[in-house]
Amino acid sequence: MKQEHLISTEEFCTHYKVEYSFIDSLDRYGLIEFTRVNESTFIDTDKLSELERLVRLHYDLEINVEGIEAITYLLNRVSGLQNEIISLRNRLNIYENGD
Amino acid sequence: MEFVDYYKTLGVDKNAKTEDIKKAYRKLARKHHPDLNPNDKEANKKFQQINEANEVLSDPEKRKKYDQYGKDWQHADQFEQARRQQGGQQGFGGGYTYSGDGGEEDFSDFFESLFGRSAGGGRGRQTKFRGQDYNAELRLTLSDAYNTHKQTLTVNGKNVRITIPAGIENGQVIRLTGYGSPGVNGGPNGDLFITFSITNNSKFKRMGNDLYATIDLDLYTAILGGEITMDTLSGKIKLKVKAETQNGSKIKLKGKGFPLYKKEDQFGDLFITYNIVLPTNLTDVQKELFTQLSKS
Repeated sequence: MKQEHLISTEEFCTHYKVEYSFIDSLDRYGLIEFTRVNESTFIDTDKLSELERLVRLHYDLEINVEGIEAITYLLNRVSGLQNEIISLRNRLNIYENGD
Repeated sequence: MEFVDYYKTLGVDKNAKTEDIKKAYRKLARKHHPDLNPNDKEANKKFQQINEANEVLSDPEKRKKYDQYGKDWQHADQFEQARRQQGGQQGFGGGYTYSGDGGEEDFSDFFESLFGRSAGGGRGRQTKFRGQDYNAELRLTLSDAYNTHKQTLTVNGKNVRITIPAGIENGQVIRLTGYGSPGVNGGPNGDLFITFSITNNSKFKRMGNDLYATIDLDLYTAILGGEITMDTLSGKIKLKVKAETQNGSKIKLKGKGFPLYKKEDQFGDLFITYNIVLPTNLTDVQKELFTQLSKS
């Protein structure tokens, strides 16, 4: 992984006015993948929007890390079920319309 | 333009205390927040409405003005004029507003007529609004969806080059984070949601990752067996036909179906149904041979 695609978590915390302990909790709960380079923690720019989403859930909606973990799990399930609906709908189309 | 009942939006009484408003708002925001309701336009709209209601009711000055002139919003301009003549403060300090989809431009006409376009702001991180999401539809053929390929889309005048992984489903939505409308006051950009519409340009029927096809087989190959060639989405393949193959019999070609989405080198199966075609316009000799066969 190229280092220029990484943002240090310290820089992220300063920019978004976020406590480092929150980032540390996300890391401990395995809610987002961080990269360690020379004892510093970085976030991949591809995962930045996901980290921003977790920050919004915590700071805007006052949801603790345990809650965020449960929400992430349920949203993934919802996404899986939505994909299953799409797949079943397409299968139904074959029988109804012959597509 | 219709009057908007902000108390009704938040489900609170007109005499509700600031604490009750805050509590009601938080409860509704948790229910309708865009991060908790991805791809849900209704929830998004509702979230904007409750944000707007909170913007007004959590701010004592705005609430006072709303209570005083709310139902009579047409006179709000006169109120503003009078306030300016009295040297009143321009703008209001915002209340506690969650960030989410939308922005100042998404406040209702009612809000803007009463408070102006610039009144949507608040303080600190609360003033940041996420940009609007964009939605686009991309049409592909089944053959296109079979291979991973790059495509350039033009969304609001901007070219976006995307990689479409093989195996994408009809109706599947992919999200490109940050490719939506720019955020307001340093808020994050919205996202771009692309819905794929896949039309079938082939003889195959797709069910998930499996493909189904019916192919014609001449009588002689069906009876005596042999080898035939058929076209698939990945090129021509040779099939060995067993002797005495029955009409309507099926064979399964493992791994010759559709690619699995984002799973490299993994494919579904291809199911083939044989349709045996009887010969027509028989010559006298052929008729005689069939007669002999029928008596044997």
